[in-house]
Amino acid sequence: MRRMRRACWALPPVAALGLVFLYPLALVVWQSVSPDDGGTSASGGGPSLAPYAAVLAETSFRDALANTVLIAAGATVGALLLGLVLALIIAFVPLPGGRALGRFVDIFLAFPSFLITLALLFLYGTVGIANGLWTDATGAASGPLDFLHTPWGVLLAEVTYFTPFVMRPLLAAFSQVDTGQLEAAASLGARPWRIVRTVILPEALPSLAAGGSLVLVLCLNEFGIVLFTGAKDVVTLPMLIYTKAILDGDYTGACVVAVVNIALSVALYALYRTAVSRTAVSRTGGVPHRAGA
Amino acid sequence: MLVPSKPACRALHLLFLVLFLPLFALPLLVIVAASFATGWSGALPSGPTLAHYRDIAHGDPLHALITSVLTALAASVAALTAGTWAALAAQRLGPRTRRVVGTLFLLPVAVPSVVVGLSLLVAFSQPPLLLNGTPQIVIIAHAVLVTAFAHQSVTAALDRLDPAYEQSAAALGARPGHVLWRVKLPLLLPSLTAAVGLCFALSMGELSATMMIYPPDWVPLPVQIFAATDRGSLFAGAALAVALMATTLIVLLGISRIRTRASYR
Repeated sequence: MRRMRRACWALPPVAALGLVFLYPLALVVWQSVSPDDGGTSASGGGPSLAPYAAVLAETSFRDALANTVLIAAGATVGALLLGLVLALIIAFVPLPGGRALGRFVDIFLAFPSFLITLALLFLYGTVGIANGLWTDATGAASGPLDFLHTPWGVLLAEVTYFTPFVMRPLLAAFSQVDTGQLEAAASLGARPWRIVRTVILPEALPSLAAGGSLVLVLCLNEFGIVLFTGAKDVVTLPMLIYTKAILDGDYTGACVVAVVNIALSVALYALYRTAVSRTAVSRTGGVPHRAGA
Repeated sequence: MLVPSKPACRALHLLFLVLFLPLFALPLLVIVAASFATGWSGALPSGPTLAHYRDIAHGDPLHALITSVLTALAASVAALTAGTWAALAAQRLGPRTRRVVGTLFLLPVAVPSVVVGLSLLVAFSQPPLLLNGTPQIVIIAHAVLVTAFAHQSVTAALDRLDPAYEQSAAALGARPGHVLWRVKLPLLLPSLTAAVGLCFALSMGELSATMMIYPPDWVPLPVQIFAATDRGSLFAGAALAVALMATTLIVLLGISRIRTRASYR
C-alpha cells in the first residue's frame, strides 16, 4: 500500500513527459507507416511499409545517410585526437592560467553550435581574416580558401565545437591519475611518450570512449552547424527531416527519416551510457557506497 | 615532471597556443569584432560602426531577444520542476522502477532535437490538443529538450546527499513535506541553481527544434540570427550573436551569485 502511494508521486512528471514527448514520438512512428494521408491525420487505411520503401529508394536519403555517418565519424575522430592532445597539455604540462582555460572551456559549452559556423565565415569565408591576409599580401583578387560550403566546413565546425565535450571527461580522468606512478615511471627511465602510452592512456581510456560516443551522437544529430553552412550539397539526416517537413510539407517522408535517425541515435546513445557506467564503476570500484546507510 | 626539459615544455606551450587560439578563442573574438564592422575584405574588419547595435535596440531583434529570454525562463522553470519532482519521487521507488524512470527522462537527449520538433508538430497540429502556431509549443519543445539535464544534475546531487540530515529531521518528528521543504531542497539549492543555469543557456541557443515549430509572432533570437545571415547581413547577425552571448553570460553570472550566496548558508 505504501509502495503504491510512493509510486503515485512519480506519476505526474512521468505523465507530463508522456504527453509532450512519448505520445508525439509514437505519433511520428505511426505516421511513418501511414501512407496517403491528407495532412496529418493518422487514421487513413492500415499501416504499411510503403513509405519506407519509397524513402529508402531515394538517392537523396542515401546521400544524406552517407553524409551524416561520414561527417559524424570524421568529426568524432578529429575531436578525440585534438581533445586528447589539449587535455594532456593542460593536465600535465605546467601552464600559466590553466584553471582559467578550464573555465573558458565551460563557457564555450554554454554557447550554441551555430555561432561557430558564423565565426568561421569571418575567419575563412570569402570575406574574412584568412583570405583578407592573402589578398593583402599577394594583391590577388580573391583568397585561396573556399571550403566552408563543402562537407569540410561542416567537419571543421563540428570538430571545433565538440572538442570541449571530449576534454571535460578527459581532464576529470587525468586529475585522478596518481602522480606517484608517473614519477616512478620517470625515475625508472621511461620516456614521456612511453609514460603517456602505458600509464596515462589506459587510465583515460573509459573517459575517451565515453566522450567519443557522446560526440558521435551529438554530431549525428547536429542541425545548427549544417543549416548555417547553407550548402546545397551538404544534407544530413536532420537537415533532410527539416527540408521534407517544412519546405516540402511531406510529413510521412519526414517521419520515416526521423525514425531512421532516432534508431541510429538511440542505439549509439545506449552505447555511450554503457561506456559511462563503465567509467563510474572503474572509478568507484572497491570503494564502499555511503548512500543508503 | 612529465616533460623534463625547458625547451620541450616551451614547444608544447607553443603547440597548445597554435591549436587552442585559432580554434577556440578566435571564433568568439571575430564575432565580437565583426559586430562593430560594416565590411571585412582585408586582414581586419573595416568601417567601425554601432549601427548594428542601434538596430537591435528597437524593432524585431529586440522582440526576438525578449522572446528568447521569456521562452528560456519558462522552459527552465518547467524543466526544473519536472526534473526535480521526478528525481525526488524516483528516489523512493524500487531499483527497477527507478531505472525505468531515469531512462525515460534521459531519452530526450538521445532523440535528435529536429525530431522532437517534428513530433510536437505532428502531435499538436490535430485535435484534441491544438497548439501549433502558439508560443506554448516552442516553450514545450525547449522544456522537453532541457528536462534531461535538470533531471540528471538533481539526481546526481541527491545521490551525493548525506541521508543523515533527513533521517534526523524525520526522527525528530518532522513530516515528510516539512523535511522536503526545510531540509532537502535547501541542501539541493546549489545544484538546482546550477541546473537552471544550464537549462537557460541551452534554451537560449536552441535552434533545431525551434526551426521546425516557431510561429511568426514568436521568433526566438537564434532564428532571427539565422534569418539575418541567410539574407547576407552577416554583420548584423554577428551583433545579434553578441547580444545572445552577453544575455546568456549575464544570466549565468547572476545565477552563480545565487549559488555562492546559497553555499554560505
